[in-house]
This record gives sequence, C-alpha cells and structure tokens, in this order.
Amino acid sequence: MEGPQVQLFVTCLVDSLAPEVGRATLSTLEKAGCRVDFPLEQGCCGQPAFNVGLMDEARTMAAQTLDVLDGTEGTIVVPSGSCTAMIAHHYATLFAGSDREDKATRVSVRVRELTQFLVDDLDASLTASCDGCTIAYHYSCHGLRELGLEHQADRLLGDTERAALAGDKECCGFGGLFAVEMPAVSTAIMDAKLDRLEASGADTLVGGDVSCLMHLEGGLRRRGSDVVVKHIAELLGDVD
Amino acid sequence: MSEPVTFLSRAEALIGTHEAEAVESGIRNFLIRREAAFEVFEIGEDLRDRTRAIRLHALANLDRLLGHFADRMEEAGGHVHWAADAVEARQIAAGILARSGARLVVKSKSMVSEEIELNAHLEEEGVTVVETDLGEFIVQLAGDTPSHIIAPVMHMTAQDVGRLFADRLDVPYTDDPIELNRIAREHLREVFLRADAGISGVNLAISETGSLVLVTNEGNGRYTTTAPRVHIALLGMERIVSRWEDAAVVLETLARSATGQHQSVYTNVITGPRKREDPDGPEEVHVIVIDNGRTDILGGDTAEILACIRCGACLNACPVFRTAGGHAYGTVYSGPVGSIVTPGLHGMEPWWELPYASTLCGACEEVCPVRIQIPRMLLQLRERAAAEGRLPGWLERGISRYGRTVSDPAKWSSAKKWASRLSAPISSEGWIRRLPGPGRGWTQSRDFPRPAKHSFNEWWRRNRAT
Repeated sequence: MEGPQVQLFVTCLVDSLAPEVGRATLSTLEKAGCRVDFPLEQGCCGQPAFNVGLMDEARTMAAQTLDVLDGTEGTIVVPSGSCTAMIAHHYATLFAGSDREDKATRVSVRVRELTQFLVDDLDASLTASCDGCTIAYHYSCHGLRELGLEHQADRLLGDTERAALAGDKECCGFGGLFAVEMPAVSTAIMDAKLDRLEASGADTLVGGDVSCLMHLEGGLRRRGSDVVVKHIAELLGDVD
Repeated sequence: MSEPVTFLSRAEALIGTHEAEAVESGIRNFLIRREAAFEVFEIGEDLRDRTRAIRLHALANLDRLLGHFADRMEEAGGHVHWAADAVEARQIAAGILARSGARLVVKSKSMVSEEIELNAHLEEEGVTVVETDLGEFIVQLAGDTPSHIIAPVMHMTAQDVGRLFADRLDVPYTDDPIELNRIAREHLREVFLRADAGISGVNLAISETGSLVLVTNEGNGRYTTTAPRVHIALLGMERIVSRWEDAAVVLETLARSATGQHQSVYTNVITGPRKREDPDGPEEVHVIVIDNGRTDILGGDTAEILACIRCGACLNACPVFRTAGGHAYGTVYSGPVGSIVTPGLHGMEPWWELPYASTLCGACEEVCPVRIQIPRMLLQLRERAAAEGRLPGWLERGISRYGRTVSDPAKWSSAKKWASRLSAPISSEGWIRRLPGPGRGWTQSRDFPRPAKHSFNEWWRRNRAT
C-alpha cells in the first residue's frame, strides 16, 4: 500500500536555526508511512511582516511560499502551529482581490500542522518516546487558539511521563518581533513561565513551535538551567 | 520618525515593582474567585452569541436607538444633552452644576468621566468632587489613576490602602479589608448626605423606555443617583440596547464575565427624575451623551470594539497586562480593549504603539463574552500604523530586507551561509550570547541560537534531492 503524499514546509526558522527539527519531522512523517517531498524554493510564511502590519512585505514573502506550494500535490505539513495558522487563516485575507486569491484559497485548505495531521488526519499509531524524561508541554498560542491544537500532542505524548505545568496554555511572551520590540515585557512574561517550569519538576520542555521554544531555551540557558528543550517531532522521529 | 516606545518605557519602569506584583497577585486571586463562581455561573456559548448579536444590532441602529432613548427620557422629565467631544461634555456638566448652585458632588464609578478628565475640570471650577466607589475613592485619595476598568486599585495591596487611610483619613492603620471598607463607608456617608449633585456613569441605556441602568456591588451608585437634588449621568454613546430583554442578557453576561456573579449586587434603573409618588430621587436628571471619537470608530474597521461591555475579562487574561499592569498603557482604557479603543478615540499619535503591546496570543478573544475579534483589530491598527510610516526605521528596513531575501531562493540560500559564518566568532556551543544592533533586545535576557552550519534545505539537497 502506498502512503499519502506529503509536502513538507519546514518554516524559515527550522530551516535556518533548527534543521534537526526538520529532519525529525521528516523522519516522523516517514514513520507514519508518508511519501515526503520538500519543495526546495520555499521561504517564509510572511508572518513576521504580517504581525507588525507591513502588508506589502508580508505579501512578498507569502507569495513565494504560495507559488511554490500551489504547484505541489498532497497535504502540506508544517512543524509549527503558528506558521500553519498564518497560511490556513490569513492568506485568504492577505491575497483577497489579487490574482493570487484562488491560489491562497487552494493552498490554505491543504495545510496541516504536524500533530494535527498525524492525529486528526492519519490517526497514526505513533507515540512519542523520551526515556527517563519528565516532560512539560507548552501549548503554543496560535496552534492552541487558532487551530484548536491540544489533544493531538496529549495523545502523541500518551506514553511519556508528564509533569503538570501551571499555566501551560498561557503565552510564553515570545510574540514574534514583540520579543525584540518590547524585550522587557517579553522577558518578564517568559520569566514567569520559566519559574513555573522549574517548579513543575520537569526536566524536558516539549512544544510544537520552534519559535516559542528557542525563546524559552534561550532564557533557560541564561539561567543556567538543566531543563532540555525539544520539539515534539524530536520525540516522534528518529533523530540522527 | 521613531519615537521612544512610551508603553515600553512605562512598562520597564513598572515591571518587577511592588505595583506590578500587586497586579499579578490581584489578578490571580480575582481569577481564582471568578473561576470558582464560573462553576456555578458559566457563560455558555449561547449567552455569548446572544450578547454579541444584541450589541452588534445596537451598533448598527445606534442613531435610531439614541434618538428614541432621548425622546423617552425627556418624556419622563429628564434632560438629554449631546456632547461631541470631551470639552463639550465637561462644559455641559459644569454648566448644569453652576445653574443648580452645586458645590459638592458625589460620583459613582464612570470610566467615561475619566476619559473626559471631568474631575480635574470641575475642581478648577471650584466644585468638590468625591469618588464613592471604594476603588475610585482610594485612587482619588492617593492622587493616582485607576489601573483596571473594573478594579481600579488592582495595583494596590490592602497594606497600601491601610497606610493611605492612616495617612489621609487620620485613622489607625489596619489592613483588614472589612475594616478598611467600614472606614471608607463612614467617611463617605457624611459626604453623601451633604452632596448637592451626583454624577454617575451608565452601564446600559435602554432605548424603548428611555431608562438608564447602573450596576454596582457597593450600593454607592444608588446613593449617588438618589440622594442629591441633581443627577448627571455620563453615557458613552455606544452603551445602549433596544429593549429590556436585551439589557437583561447583557447584564447577566457582564456580571458573570466581570466578577463571576449571577447578577451585580445593585442594579439601578433610572427613568427620569423623582415622580410625585416617589419617596426619594433627584429633582433633575441630566444625561450627557458623549461621542468624543466614537463616531470615527464606528465608521472604521475597528467598529466592533464598541460592542464591548467593559467587563475587563480581556485585561485579566492578557499576559502583557498581567505583567506590566494598567498604568503602563498611560490611558484610561488599558489592556487589549484599551489598545483598540484608545487610538480610536484619541488618534494614532501617540497611541499607535499600544496595538503593539500584545503578543497576539489570542487569550483576550478567547475570554471575551461578546466574541470581539481583538487580535484581528490589533493587526488592523498595526497595519494602519505601518502604512502611516510610524514603525522604527530598523524594523521596517529589517523586515523589508528579510522579505526580499527569503523570497528569493538563491539569496536566501546564500544569506543562511553568511549568517552562520558571520556568527561563528560570537557563538559558543551553538548559541549567541550577545547580538549586535536591534538583536540586543533579544540577547539582553536570552541566548539566541546560532544559524545552522547546514540549513535543512542544504541537508535535503545533499541527502534526498534526486
């Protein structure tokens, strides 16, 4: 039996800053029986520009992504709730009235976040493994509130040891360029999150968005914390 | 061009202070109590839908509803005044007080009075204004400003209030909330009895009967609007519904969402002045309907924010509000709702930065009992600010350059290589401790991951591309 054809959109952050998460996502999808292709000319979903209000710049970025993805077959899988929500929910508005409107509509319905695709679409029997770890999971905001991602990660992490993290559905303070525009506020929100993380007894922080995770990991490193940070794909796939 | 980010500087000054800690613990306690109440008084999806429909219907028919309201109120013997802006509203209020010879005024809580800075203006005219909502009373005594639309002293602890009372009211220090309440009540009782006029806000006006509805938990609203000879009600022009049935729904939603109550303790309905058969009530009732920028909002893409019922739930849910507190916003309406209302009422300058004081986490929209699309409107205001050229140069240039690079596969590929090479000398163990330029904001508290030596794209080309 031939598995489903999947297009991997890794996101610009994974591509440039966390390629190991891209490889773990690829491995995860292949373990789930998918035939994975990676459109080489992909870039950024456009969210950094979109979220600060620079719509022309957002369209420049999104147009490249749209053009590349529209020429492909199968579900587009993204290891990020935030970038998935950008494509799925905002491309139609961004390109409304333009000659890319139809493309935006076509592509937006093909996009799925990784855990959403595995659990809701494939009903995959994959489970995450992390030997000897006690895991705290951070439900990133855009995935949680724009895509309803919650039970998917819970199911995939079903066999792991979980620590209860207070406020695990509250923002970590990253907020994209907010983290650079308003660093003091971003940091204060992060610190509250990290205090709760350290109090939770978890030794591993897992999430579905590299963006929030690199902010939290950067903060943990500065604290000299031993808590390890992983993208959920790294617990699902075989990492080299 | 780029002004210093004033929200940020205020927030920086507040974060980690006693005030910010008071806000954080205040909200936590508040949410615990509210959540406990929610088990009993849930805001169901149906109630949200009905509330939203009622509010949107009112906004769509605002002219008609207000006109009808004014006719009914005047038939009942009240006077309705129309104020285009804050200056007019203050002049009307001051004129009414002057004509009636009022020198001492009691006030129940009114955000719109804060919006038009009424107290300061009346004091200049020689009128003494005393706030009677406990929180507002404390704020006034401290010479401070409210920091939360429904809990004005969210930023103070009971100990702070105890010290303030001991200092200003000449009473022994106590931090027992019940005792503090008693002290305030005793002090205010005497003022109520002497007051010449009462000024209140309005939670809702009801068009069909020309009635005003006021809810309080302390009874001060009822006292303010019945004991003095003259009552002046300040009505933000969007705070109206068609019918009694609508008001019942909105009040239920407001009480549940604001404080986890089934209903506020006092619900006061005012339809005109005291009638012959009434045992008490004012001789004159004046309603000042205040526009002050609301018509502009109504005609734009953030009109939906006028559906807000001022429950404050989005403030409590907002990570930025919880961290920095209401005073960081520098305006009467703080938090997510305030970041939309304030630039709408008072213009983008200097308020354009408030829509950026958000991580766009969406907790506000999730908790809003009217389902107001707050993040969407924050984004629309950001778009407007960017189009007006208000963004800092580094941000606009940086995004523009990144956009051109990442959208061109050859440039993107080479940029990734260069970023990795250039970051080598400032990295250790794959992390950067200090970024130059605007990146400093990140690395002042966080390490930044070093750009990978081989991007995923490069790895794929080497290992997978056929």
